[in-house]
Amino acid sequence: MNLRNVIGRRSSWSLPYAVFLLLFVALPLVLIMVYAFIDEGGRFTLGNLARFFGDADALSTFAVSIEIAIENTAICLLLGYPVAWILANKRYNRSGVTIIIFILPMWINALMRTLATADLFNMLGITLGKGTLLFGMVYDYLPFMIYPIYNVLRRMDPSYAEAAQDLGAKPSRVFANVTLPLSLPGIVSGVMMVFMPTVSTFAISEFLTNNKIKLFGTIIQENINSSMWNYGAALSFIMLIIIGISTLFGGRGEEESQVQGGLI
Amino acid sequence: MSKEGIIISLEHLSKWFGDKRVLDDVSLTIKKGEFVTILGPSGCGKTTTLRIIAGFETPDDGNVYIGGSLMNRVQPHKRPVNTVFQRYALFPHLNVFDNIAFGLKLKGVSRSEIETRVMRVLKMVGMTDYEWRNVDSLSGGQQQRVAIARAIVNQPEVLLLDEPLSALDHKMRKDMQIELKQMHKQLGITFVYVTHDQEEALTLSDTVVVMNEGVVQQIGSPTDIYNEPVNCFVADFIGESNIFNGTMIADRKVSFMGHEFECVDEGFGENVPVDVVVRPEDIYIMARTDRGQFHGVVSSCIFKGVHYEIIVNTPDGYELMIQDYNPFEAGMEVSMIIKPSDIQVMRKERITNTLEGEMIDQTHVELLGCGFECLPQEGLAAGNKVRVEVDFDKVELTDDKRDGTCEGDITFILYKADHWHLTVRAENGENIYVDTQDVWEDRDIVGINIRPEDMRITRAEESAA
Repeated sequence: MNLRNVIGRRSSWSLPYAVFLLLFVALPLVLIMVYAFIDEGGRFTLGNLARFFGDADALSTFAVSIEIAIENTAICLLLGYPVAWILANKRYNRSGVTIIIFILPMWINALMRTLATADLFNMLGITLGKGTLLFGMVYDYLPFMIYPIYNVLRRMDPSYAEAAQDLGAKPSRVFANVTLPLSLPGIVSGVMMVFMPTVSTFAISEFLTNNKIKLFGTIIQENINSSMWNYGAALSFIMLIIIGISTLFGGRGEEESQVQGGLI
Repeated sequence: MSKEGIIISLEHLSKWFGDKRVLDDVSLTIKKGEFVTILGPSGCGKTTTLRIIAGFETPDDGNVYIGGSLMNRVQPHKRPVNTVFQRYALFPHLNVFDNIAFGLKLKGVSRSEIETRVMRVLKMVGMTDYEWRNVDSLSGGQQQRVAIARAIVNQPEVLLLDEPLSALDHKMRKDMQIELKQMHKQLGITFVYVTHDQEEALTLSDTVVVMNEGVVQQIGSPTDIYNEPVNCFVADFIGESNIFNGTMIADRKVSFMGHEFECVDEGFGENVPVDVVVRPEDIYIMARTDRGQFHGVVSSCIFKGVHYEIIVNTPDGYELMIQDYNPFEAGMEVSMIIKPSDIQVMRKERITNTLEGEMIDQTHVELLGCGFECLPQEGLAAGNKVRVEVDFDKVELTDDKRDGTCEGDITFILYKADHWHLTVRAENGENIYVDTQDVWEDRDIVGINIRPEDMRITRAEESAA
């Protein structure tokens, strides 16, 4: 077996990626697991997890995080679905390019956008708080909701809606009984793409509430910044589980809409 | 209801998609309980006509009446019609039962009634026991049946079918044709069926509507359409045919292929140019004998399953297609006979190109949206509207569109036994007709040239403008 044969095989082309995956995805995950279950002395312990469940502050931050993530996801869905629907409807939008206008803000770094939003609020004299936090989150994550729903709606065979109408459904029934259920994969995908990063974000809350509202991501960052590696890892571990569970729930829809192409 | 027994009446429908006219003055009446097929090649406007009846498109001009009431602006869900879609459009998130019950649930039919009716139609389409199946798990033929069941369960007055069998294989299509025909008899409702398959149209229908380029060509029973086509398009599209340029010499006497034949047509006048159609199975072929009306040599003979398809060349340069149960070897000398009743004579739609134009200057005329050179015209000034006649065989086509004065694409090819008759659509949408010995392909982009001396230019009457 010479080197040329090894390089020639298509499967060996994936080697660099496998190495990358191992070093920067698998290894950190393993490290998080390991650190979460040892104490500073390196001995196995469940103390880090126990500490979280005994820590009223951390628990309430956790609850607030989930609440804000749910609120953000709901607002994104309520705003994003109609936008996606209008964009996907050939009657209102003949070009496939208009969607880019809605994706365009994502070409600017999220941190810069968030800082600018904060400055804007300051200039307008609006007090930073939960309202501004949600505004910033919706602003940041709305495109992630619009795009997958838009994709599903745009590729939907128009004869489904026509068939429903033909069978006697007025436009509102066509939407409720056919269009909406058929666009579910897009909704699930959008919800995942908005919910998961909002649970773990900390920069937005830092800038847009001046740290008045702490999110789960914020405590993880604080703990790790102050070298509380083990507790920080345990908190990260808990977040991973939450994200894992939500992915399982949306797994099927996610799969289907992934086929339809990702973000620009 | 205005007229007894009429369920659908289309009056002078026109429809534009952008600057393309897809329907041009389409009128049609459909009787209650009739099986009507709209037949034509793709892009002829048949599906648009169906979609206008269903309400998915609105006509730009003309009126749609269903059951006597004007339906132009009535939404699809308020029309007493149901559609079977080309690719079925079964709802993938619902099972077979819920797909079929969809319309009944919307109408608020009681649960027990829904169950009885769904079961009844499932039985009718031969899909009992499939009610809880996922529609994705069904074969194409089964999906087709569910689509039909979903439409007829609502007991519509009219069932619209948009090429419903086109996705099925040949054998399955044959079976479904028979079932559709039985279903039509059993239900007693009106079927409006759209297809590009002429055999399907002839098999299924009470009435066939042949369309081309947005225009209704002929409406009639399958036998009328086959035996008495009104023009070359219908003759060529329905079945195989030999089409000739001919001359009606007198009543019951027509000449084509350089011979005189007896026929049964009257009232054309004397020495009138006509098109003549003879079906391949209507030409009697035999080994060379003096009793034949004309003679020729077999150039090929192909077995087609039931019959042989024989190509015969005559000494005058005509090529005929003949179908016979007996084989005739290539190279064999043969004689042919055509019975008077098998000769179908049709009035010619046109005997020369007549184009509307405008003088650009003394030696140039605008035709088909392009500037053509012409002979110096006395008494005509720039801007004068003119009528230009060009004979079919005087139009030259070029392979490279840049070699032509004007550009066009070939939209229809008709073989006329010794030459091709082409319809070429110029850039401005006008048609020019060309007789040629060269072989061209459908949809070819060609250049169009006309020699100045081949144009007959006359001033158009002011009233015409």
